[in-house]
Amino acid sequence: METKFKIKNLNLYYGNFQALMNIDMEIYENKITALIGPSGCGKSTFLRTLNRMNDLIPNVSIEGTIKLDNKDIYNKDYDLIELRKRVGMVFQKPNPFPKTIYDNIVYGPKIHGVKDKEKLDYIVERTLKEVALWDETKDRLHKSALGLSGGQQQRLCIARCLAVEPEVILMDEPTSALDPVSTSKIEGLLEELTEKYTIVIVTHNMQQAGRVSDYTSFFLNGKVIENDKTEVIFSNPKDKKTEDYITGRFG
Amino acid sequence: MEILELYLKGITVALKGIPITIGVSLVAVFIGVLLGLIIALQKMSKFKIVRWPANVYVEVFRGTPLIVQALILAYGVPQLLQSNDIPFKWPYLIIPAIIVCGLNSAAYVAEVIRSGLQAVDKGQMEAARSLGMSKGMAMKLIIIPQAFRIILPALGNELITLIKETAVLSYVGVVEILRRGTLWNASSFETFPAYVGVAIVYLLLTIPLSRIVAYAEGRMAQSDRS
Repeated sequence: METKFKIKNLNLYYGNFQALMNIDMEIYENKITALIGPSGCGKSTFLRTLNRMNDLIPNVSIEGTIKLDNKDIYNKDYDLIELRKRVGMVFQKPNPFPKTIYDNIVYGPKIHGVKDKEKLDYIVERTLKEVALWDETKDRLHKSALGLSGGQQQRLCIARCLAVEPEVILMDEPTSALDPVSTSKIEGLLEELTEKYTIVIVTHNMQQAGRVSDYTSFFLNGKVIENDKTEVIFSNPKDKKTEDYITGRFG
Repeated sequence: MEILELYLKGITVALKGIPITIGVSLVAVFIGVLLGLIIALQKMSKFKIVRWPANVYVEVFRGTPLIVQALILAYGVPQLLQSNDIPFKWPYLIIPAIIVCGLNSAAYVAEVIRSGLQAVDKGQMEAARSLGMSKGMAMKLIIIPQAFRIILPALGNELITLIKETAVLSYVGVVEILRRGTLWNASSFETFPAYVGVAIVYLLLTIPLSRIVAYAEGRMAQSDRS
């Protein structure tokens, strides 16, 4: 089992407020790692350190190292565009661009230099098939993506992310805005995606973490309380706080 | 019958000012949008040193009357230069008129554009950045096109406002709609028909424009869904 991300001594501050404290963690290749914990515990913040999306927020400062395939992504020489190509992201609220379905998917590849029309067509078909949206959209590729339902939009966003051929996909509560049917479709999708991709998913839904993930990290007040195989976390947690949280005693 | 003819005469006199009024307004709004976009982006910068001049610009141009700005540029600036032994004269007074309307409009447009840019859902910027776009690229490809859709009605209104505002240019020697009416009044003493004619001609310009803005707004909203 290969380590994809190796996080050491990570501290993150919003101004004077410390949001992440001394995080040490490894994220393994082709596995699904779930990040759970109550609101405000730092799990989304942590997720966003992995593709440096926190750079967008003013006043954020970071200490420690995050290595992706043994290279520190916070090193000054690290190419941010390259990082974002390798580490894709899906957000809580479906956020397709107000363009056609086709255009949504080809934006990423175009930025990274794919210009050949046939190749782009192929990418659109491949990624839409990967997210099981092809049959529903093949006749309306050139219609606005905003005409899709919420669940379809979220799958389109996943396809858009896959189109740049990332190695890692970060998902920030990708199903929290969706209905149960759409949710189960996306969960089913996750399993298939691990054949090719490493997935890190933030979820508020404990059952979801239990159902889909191989590893689970429990966050509380900016610290990682426990980090283990999912079945261990759910059946035999070592820390009392983890047990209290997953059994619903708080959070 | 004679009375009706007087009013028609008032309107036809004022109509002759349309090319100048429209010309000045269109060029000024063009300058205003370009410059306004730059100022809006400056105002949203992370760096104080970039934000500061933009803020001063907007304060100055919004905080002083257009006619004062026009008088300064059309007559004040040449006088200042001449008194410093620099021979300078505007070849046509319409040039400072266009410039001052453009600069003035930019201050208002900048605020409109800034609010439009900030009204675009944050998720759009995040999605664009997460795909590897630089901030500039994300702005250009994703955010600005969406912001323009949001601010289009406000920009249309800015054009309408500007058309009316150009009336003050009659005081710096530009022969636009109002000036035509004033001149005819001076020779005919038909004050009421002259200025009513002017008002009607302004309405002839602004009413169709506000219809067009409303229509474009409806079209844009539709194309989001289909």
